[in-house]
Amino acid sequence: MLSVKNLFVKFKTPEGVVRAVNNISFDLLKNQSLAIVGESGSGKTQLAFSILGLLDKNAESQGQINYQDKNLLNLDERSLNKIRTKKISIIFQDPMTSLNPYMKIKKQINEILIYHNSFTNEQATKESLRILDAVKIHDSRKTIDSYPHELSGGMRQRVMIAMSIICKPEIIIADEPTTSLDVTIQSQIMDLFNDIKKEFNSSIILITHNMGIIKNVCDNIMVMYGGKTMELGKTNEVFSNPLHPYTKGLLETVPSIDQEYKKLKTIKGNPINMISPPSGCIFRTRCPDPSHECLEGTSTNALIKIKADHWVDQCCVNCH
Amino acid sequence: MFDKLLSVQNISVDYTSNSFLFPWEKNLTFRAVDNVSFDVLEGETLGMVGETGSGKSTIAKAIINILKISSGEIFFQNNQISNLNEKKIKKFRKEIQMIFQDPLASLNPRMNVGEIISEPLKTHNSKLSKNDINLQVKEIMENVGLLSNQINRYPHEFSGGQCQRIGIARSVILKPKLIICDEPVSSLDVSIQAQVINLLKELQKKYNLTYLFITHDLNIAKHMSDNIMVLQFGKMVEINKSNEVFNNPKEDYTKQLISSIPRIK
Repeated sequence: MLSVKNLFVKFKTPEGVVRAVNNISFDLLKNQSLAIVGESGSGKTQLAFSILGLLDKNAESQGQINYQDKNLLNLDERSLNKIRTKKISIIFQDPMTSLNPYMKIKKQINEILIYHNSFTNEQATKESLRILDAVKIHDSRKTIDSYPHELSGGMRQRVMIAMSIICKPEIIIADEPTTSLDVTIQSQIMDLFNDIKKEFNSSIILITHNMGIIKNVCDNIMVMYGGKTMELGKTNEVFSNPLHPYTKGLLETVPSIDQEYKKLKTIKGNPINMISPPSGCIFRTRCPDPSHECLEGTSTNALIKIKADHWVDQCCVNCH
Repeated sequence: MFDKLLSVQNISVDYTSNSFLFPWEKNLTFRAVDNVSFDVLEGETLGMVGETGSGKSTIAKAIINILKISSGEIFFQNNQISNLNEKKIKKFRKEIQMIFQDPLASLNPRMNVGEIISEPLKTHNSKLSKNDINLQVKEIMENVGLLSNQINRYPHEFSGGQCQRIGIARSVILKPKLIICDEPVSSLDVSIQAQVINLLKELQKKYNLTYLFITHDLNIAKHMSDNIMVLQFGKMVEINKSNEVFNNPKEDYTKQLISSIPRIK
């Protein structure tokens, strides 16, 4: 479906070059969902943006993002616009700020259909109402005539989701779709994702740092740190048998209501500064027990295969 | 040890929108908190959970007297503290401190760390010498896991987790009795969340602090709290021992909240 090969994304800033994405490769198959996890600054969002050519002007991307025999990185704005929303759509992190406050919901959704499917305004409205019902907005007729500020956070996120599935895209990229929402709304939205996957046969890339959501929605998981992949595999496999200390850390630092009180385990230190990353293994400043070679900064990061569907960073295998 | 530190009795808070532009229009009132009562015992943590708009932060603001309450009473160490004037409340502000949600936005960008942390000391204890203040600030910085040589840096030079540590240092420096934590970890990364939660637990033991812990993350609420209060639309749904609330929820709304947490295992 979508195949990313050796992707690099660099940003030129006044302080220096930020290597946000460093040699990332993965494949997304049809009707599969991939979760990308990592802390802020690990490059997850920039990876998603580079797929749709949404990077800032000071960014430079290298590598291949192959979709339908085309390298998306080489396409110009016009041909990208034909793909955006129609074939690959994105749901942004913040439902509060990603809708245009000056436009009624109706106009914002209809715009997509008029552009991609050359619908008339009436046809588009009819279709928009149908899709708003599909994402379980109760009073779709009233909602479609309101402005974004009249809707609650959960409703706005539903409108965003409606907009992203209206053309039945083959790939949906969801960038932390539930981070700013309450738990009850969050679980409803996650159910919605599961329904969409079944109904439209779409592939989903879900960016999040909530491990619980991944467990319930995604087939595959990719753990990122400092712009590199630390671990990649089937969700069940990675959750039951995490190999990389960072994955273990992420799984253990979250308190759970099912366990009795004990002191939380932490991943020591802070996320790294991407302008001057440590030499050698990117994780070595936070690794619980780095090897001698690793401490000297001579080791390198690369994925190696452990099982049929489980890859992990070689440095961590050598260390432990 | 377990004396009643804070007692909130039947408080209600109304927000009134008085239209400045259209003075002839009727004032609309919205009842954000409706007849809520609870007690916080010394040394314990009361978790306050609920969705957006359930009135959690409003209650916190009412307790530290940023907001006026419309009815009911708030007692702190058996003194009535609701709706006092600025002068009278100052005495109690020393004992009740707050940690805010957004670590960077709650620090003054033009003040360095030393100035930020020492400000409560200067306000409430103006007789201290510069040297004493400096010593106390450095000691507290070490206690919250900051390096004391970072004292002259400015907030933007720190990461989110470190900024929250500065906020925590500012709130503990007066050795208050009660700290109101308004979603102190919700804007932090998961790995940093755990560090800050452990720090709050450590400080609680060290200084015998009482927490009123506001969060919408039920996992964290369970982890932090002895007792838990569930709010919905400004009304109290349930208050009980933390284990009871999670293992044996009485109200439908609580059950619904608990069932919607995505589980790892």
